[in-house]
Amino acid sequence: MQHVMFFLFAIITLGAAIMVVTTRNLLRSALWLILVFFGIAGIFVLLNAEFLAVVQILVYVGAIATLIIFAVMLTRQVMDPKQPRFNDQARVVAGFATLLFVVLAVIVTRVAWPVAIGAAPVDAIQQLGMDFVGPYAVPFEVASVLLVVAMIGAIIIAREHE
Amino acid sequence: MDYIRDFFINFAHSWTTWISGGLPGWAVTVVNFLLGGLILVMMPVIATLALTWMERKVIGRIQNRLGPNRVGPWGIFQAIADAVKMLIKEDIIPDRADRPVFNLAPILIFVGAAMLWAVIPFGRRMIGQDLNIGALYVVAIGSITTVAVLMAGWASNNKFALIGAFRVVAQLLSYEIPMVLSIGVVVLVVGSMRMGTIVESQWVPFCLVLPVAFITYVLAAIAETGRAPFDLLEADSEIVAGYFVEYSGLKFGWFYIAEYGNLMAVSAITTTLFLGGWRGPFAGAAPVLGPLYFIIKTVLVIFVLMWIRGTLPRFRIDQMLAFAWKVLVPAALVNLLWVAAALKLPVPQAVQYAVMLVGNLAILGVTLTLLGQSAKQHAKRHGLAGA
Repeated sequence: MQHVMFFLFAIITLGAAIMVVTTRNLLRSALWLILVFFGIAGIFVLLNAEFLAVVQILVYVGAIATLIIFAVMLTRQVMDPKQPRFNDQARVVAGFATLLFVVLAVIVTRVAWPVAIGAAPVDAIQQLGMDFVGPYAVPFEVASVLLVVAMIGAIIIAREHE
Repeated sequence: MDYIRDFFINFAHSWTTWISGGLPGWAVTVVNFLLGGLILVMMPVIATLALTWMERKVIGRIQNRLGPNRVGPWGIFQAIADAVKMLIKEDIIPDRADRPVFNLAPILIFVGAAMLWAVIPFGRRMIGQDLNIGALYVVAIGSITTVAVLMAGWASNNKFALIGAFRVVAQLLSYEIPMVLSIGVVVLVVGSMRMGTIVESQWVPFCLVLPVAFITYVLAAIAETGRAPFDLLEADSEIVAGYFVEYSGLKFGWFYIAEYGNLMAVSAITTTLFLGGWRGPFAGAAPVLGPLYFIIKTVLVIFVLMWIRGTLPRFRIDQMLAFAWKVLVPAALVNLLWVAAALKLPVPQAVQYAVMLVGNLAILGVTLTLLGQSAKQHAKRHGLAGA
């Protein structure tokens, strides 16, 4: 049952991901991207990581996808299917994308992923919260400083010159 | 007598035993989940049929008229007559609309309204799925509505619809923050995001302990459901009907159902988080009373929301966003800090609650004083009466 569900979610995610890059209409590819996020959320649920699944929907669907749609809508000519699909940077980007894919593939296949023995904890979310303020406090704080810096930067850019 | 005392749970057990006689174990699970899901999915429809009538009556009385009174006694069948009218209307799709997206948006918005009901506890152990992340799930499902509204506004290929959709996103994203902060306060006090646990631990309703969080949540919830005075997304006098202006017939009906389903859902969530859910006198001894208390409290919240709608005029978009960012967010943040500090005090829980209440009242007082002062300054600057 679990395997069937996993393959279902994997097919949804990958199929939607292919649609994201092949659809000519940019807004529709943003909508396909939302389906990708839902597929990933489903896989998180299968892994007993409900918290990550809900955060995935909250952050990626609720905030990031909405922002992408906004950016698409506010960009001129980008919605026109008659626009050329590639520009002169396409080859460079393709090279870097292939490089990134190779690096990721090597990492995923080479690293021995440690798997905890036994069933997943029932209420993992309290443990997660404890770990954020305990052993992982420093990375957590660094991430929040990064977000604050990004926010201040956005405010400075958006601010009218007085 | 014991059967009656916990009627709903016992009835569910009897039903399961009865169908287990003829069906294998997995089929029993499938049938039970399908039935439970069907009941929860029907909730927005029930909400629409009941609340449209109630809203028209309440608003009618506020505006000194009678409201519907032709179809059936006191006009109670008005909603059904409207539903029939909506079903037989022609389905019109604009010529240059993005058809698949246009057709998908009403379905998606209804999905968002229906999925909320999965984590709402109607009584002890009467909950669709008591997720350990229930409170966060409620917030996450709300983001589906944003996407659906954006899809509807864009696919209609109509300027008014697009402006309405832009307004929705600005409004929903802004008001999500005070909403999450006030839910966060409750989660902090309870120490769990399970909706069932949140109700169980309210020996005193949280609206009496955390009035700032309660008021912030209710205001943010009105904004999230897009009702007056926050109904800029469908402001009839400015942008006709906003994002669903091009929809007709049953597709319009889905938006209508989602609106009332969301109204009832946020009222039910307010009841769960702040009014003690299904708790009430004798609800411990006779759990059958739980759903009754829950419905009474929910209808009370709905009535207050309708009262606000009938009383206040609409905000302007800049005023509304300023209210979220300059009033609700700071108040909710200070409240969160205060509650987190109060929870660390080495005193009994009742004393902690008293400390929280004092802090909440202080925040409320300061906020209202500052609002009054800024209103006076505004009046003075523009030479208005009341300076």
